[in-house]
Formats: sequence, structure tokens, C-alpha cells
Amino acid sequence: MYDFLIAPFVEFGFMQRALMGSLMLSIGACPVGVFLMLRRMSLTGDAMAHAILPGAAAGFLLYGLQIVPMTIGGLIAGAIVALGAGAVSRFTVQKEDASMAAFYLISLAAGVLIVSLRGSSVDLMHVLFGTVLALNNDALTLIAMITGTTLLTLAIFWRALVAECLDPLFLRSVSRFGTPVHFIFLGLVVLNLVGGFQALGTLLSVGLMMLPAAAARFWTTRVEPMCALAILIGFASCVAGLLLSYHAALPSGPAIILSAGVVYLCSIVFGTRGVFNTRTRHHRHRTA
Amino acid sequence: MTDASLTFRDLTLGYNSHPAVHHLNGAVKTGSLTAVVGANGSGKSTLMKGIVGVLKPMAGICLNAKGARIAYLPQQSELDRSFPARVVDLVSLGLWPRRGLLGRFTRDDREQVSKALMAVGLGGFEKRPIDTLSGGQLQRALFARVLLQDAEIILLDEPFNAVDAKTVGDLIDLIKRWHGEKRTVMVVIHDLDLVRRHFPETLLLARQPVAWGETIEALKPENLLRARRFDEAWHDDAPWCEPAGDDHDHSHGHDHGHDHSHRDSGPRAA
Repeated sequence: MYDFLIAPFVEFGFMQRALMGSLMLSIGACPVGVFLMLRRMSLTGDAMAHAILPGAAAGFLLYGLQIVPMTIGGLIAGAIVALGAGAVSRFTVQKEDASMAAFYLISLAAGVLIVSLRGSSVDLMHVLFGTVLALNNDALTLIAMITGTTLLTLAIFWRALVAECLDPLFLRSVSRFGTPVHFIFLGLVVLNLVGGFQALGTLLSVGLMMLPAAAARFWTTRVEPMCALAILIGFASCVAGLLLSYHAALPSGPAIILSAGVVYLCSIVFGTRGVFNTRTRHHRHRTA
Repeated sequence: MTDASLTFRDLTLGYNSHPAVHHLNGAVKTGSLTAVVGANGSGKSTLMKGIVGVLKPMAGICLNAKGARIAYLPQQSELDRSFPARVVDLVSLGLWPRRGLLGRFTRDDREQVSKALMAVGLGGFEKRPIDTLSGGQLQRALFARVLLQDAEIILLDEPFNAVDAKTVGDLIDLIKRWHGEKRTVMVVIHDLDLVRRHFPETLLLARQPVAWGETIEALKPENLLRARRFDEAWHDDAPWCEPAGDDHDHSHGHDHGHDHSHRDSGPRAA
């Protein structure tokens, strides 16, 4: 048991780093994912992941596989798309889904164009699918900073964020926070996706954001426990995924996300608000 | 005008350059209870949005008394009922004007939340998820939130939709209590019997104000007939309305046929 569960993390430095990095990512990304889901923007994470690609690719082509330029590039591309799509949906008749689709497609096309300038490269696979087993100190520091920023921002704007999700017109009638908090939130989405791409890649970092959140929805009817549960599910997925990847010699990113996927599928069936409980168990009812 | 809590000066509100509220002038007295009455599309909800500030005026201004807080219960709430919140979370939003973004909710705040729920007949509903409430119960919860906002100006847009007769009575009592506390209350409402029985003042809208004053006067048959005759549709070929020099139009108070011909000699005529 010890050999199977604990030894890999004790004996190998790269496993410790991978665990540290992915756990920290979960702390920040999972609550953000909960709010994305509750705002019916689950696919926005996916779109944003595509959107940060050209920035990361540009950073990679100019400076090679270095985390700082790629991160900055990703942040810039993500911010442009988030601001653009958010502004169009806030100030015109078009809804967020359509404007987001438009902006991320433009961004994705630009990304593919940038990549094609230098021909294909095996290293670029790292950008897409990450290398959680090769996290260096820079990457860990970056993830820690992003997680800290995310938690701090969520703590400060929590009430506004909940109000903006629950009753946006009310928030607009009592304060001016409505629009800023939406953009701050989109900023957090971009930040966490960018934080995740070194470890999990641009595409899989969405998985760590959305799958635990979607799974947690089946267990509770309140936001705070939902966020906590999502983080726990994220933790469990990271540990399980890394172990799976270590013992079966599988790529670590997909292993983590698939672990989260298993939790999600189990939650659909067995969650307190899942299929099993809501469809089959309620043969008895109370008088009032 | 010291006792006016809301002052409209030539206020025009609308959408896509078509006015929904046209050149509204006048003042809402502090502590008054006004019913806003009119046909569909006569600008009632638009006026509410304009007062709250979620809709910017196309022309003119709407002035609030200094520092007056506004509580607004919209007709079509953008409330997301599937959001995982309890009744107490929804109602506690009403503490925003007092506690803002970061202020902690005190025990006193929590007591006030339960008192507000009690006042709308939802005592003991604190822990209920909002997606289990009926339409009328939700409306009462929103009333409790308005109660908690403790605002000087209270705007209710068709608050009695989907509410049963007994609850309408309870809510009217609540509105009268606000009136007794010298808050300024404006209620958009369709039931003229209710208006005649409970509302001292009435604003009858048909894009322009048809009548505004004591309810008995405002709801005279000839006024109601005039309000009913108004043309609800927008016309893309309607002439442009001049921004200035039309004060006299309203001082007459009866010229609501929206006749532009007499202005054609003006300096900015179309």
C-alpha cells in the first residue's frame, strides 16, 4: 500500500513537484470553475483555452520553451479575447456565447497562423498538452502566485460575484460593481488557464477547472460547500492521476483529467442530487 | 420643491431613438404613494428603469433627493432560480446598501432578515433553496428584500403578478406601512380597483403623462379613455422630436396628441 500510494511522492522529486503544482492549481481553478458553471459559461473555459493559444505560441516561437514569455503571451491573448467578448455582450445586443465564439475562433486562427510561420515542432506539444512531470521552480512559483491572487480576489469580490450570478439586475440597481466584477471574473478564468498550461497544457487545464465543479454540483445546494467540494475532488483527481501516470507509464495530464472524469460520472449516478437518489429512491413522501 | 424626492425635468426615456416615456415633467413628493397606471407599452416599466438608473435618459434628467436610496423590484427579474442559494441568501442581498461588498453581516442583520421574512409570511423559509419556491412565494421573498433595503424611495413594478388574493392584501398592508413611514412609494399596477381603494395618487401614462394627481381625478373616465386611445406602435417615419422649447406643451396639460406641426418654424425643425 505504502509502495503504491506514498512511495512515488517520497522518492522522486519530480513527483513531489507535480503534486505540489497540481494541488495548488486545484485550489484556484476549481472555485473559478464552479462560478463558470453556475453562470452557464462552462464552455467559456474551453473557448478561453483556445483563445490563449496564440499568445502562448507566439511566446514560444520568440523565446523557446520558457515559462515567462509564454505566460505573458497567453495572458495578453486571453485578456484581449475576454475583454472583447465581454464588452460586446455587455454593451451590444449580442449574448456572451456568440461573442465568445467569435473572438476565440479569431484568436485560434491567429494562433494556428503563428505556429505555421515556424513549421511544426514537437515542443509545441508541451504547450497543448503540458508536462506536469517537468515543472521547474519558475513554474511552481508562478502557479503559487496565481493561486494566491485567485483566492484573494475571490475573497474580496465573493459577495458581488454571488449577487451578479444570482440577480444581476438587482446588483446593478444597488451598486456599480456589476460590470467590473464580470471582467474581474473573466480575468481569473484566463489567469488560472494560463497557470495550468505549463502543467496540464492549454486544453487540459480546462478539465481541472470544469470537471470537479460539474461533479460537485451533484452533491450540494449551496455555493460555499460546492467550491470546497470541487477543490477536494480536484485534489483527489490530481493524486489519483499522478499515481496512475506513474504506475502505468501514462501521460500525466490526461490521467489527471480522466480521474476527474471518473469522479464526475460517479457523481451523476450516486450524488445526493444524482440520478440514483432523485429518480429511484423517492417512493415515500411526507404529508407536508 | 424641497419636499420632492424625485424630480423629472423633460425626461425622455426609450429604446433605439423611439421614446417610451416622452417629455415627462413633474415631481414625486416625499412620502407619497403613487400608482403608475397605463396600457401595455405606455412606458411604466421604462420610467421605473429610468429612475433606478439602469436605463439612461435620451433627453432630460431625473433627479433624486440627495442621498436617497432606491429599492427596485423589477417586473421581469433577472433572478437565476437555478442558482444554488437559499431564501436567506437571496433576501440578504437587501443588506447590500448597508454592508456593501466587504461589511460583515452582524447578528442584528440576521435578525432583521428573519423579521423581514416574517413580515411577508415566509417565516421559517430561511433554509429553503430558492428553486423550491412557488412564483408567489418568490415574489414575497423579493418583497422581503425590498423591506431590508430600507430605502427612502421604493419602486415596485407589477408586484402582484402571480400572487394570490390573500397575499396581495398582505403586501398592500406592507406598502401602506412604508407609506406610513414617510417613504416615497411608486407602484406599477393594472388593477384599477386596487388603485382606487389604496393609492392616494396616480400617474396615468400613455407615453406622455395623461393625468397625474389625486387618484379620483386622474382616473376619471375621460382620462382613461384618452390613455386607452394612445398609439402603442413605433413609427420609423415619425418626425424627430425637438429637444428644446416645448415646455409650453406640458403646461397646457391637455395637448397630448403629439402634434409637431406647430414647431416646424423652429430653428431646428426637421
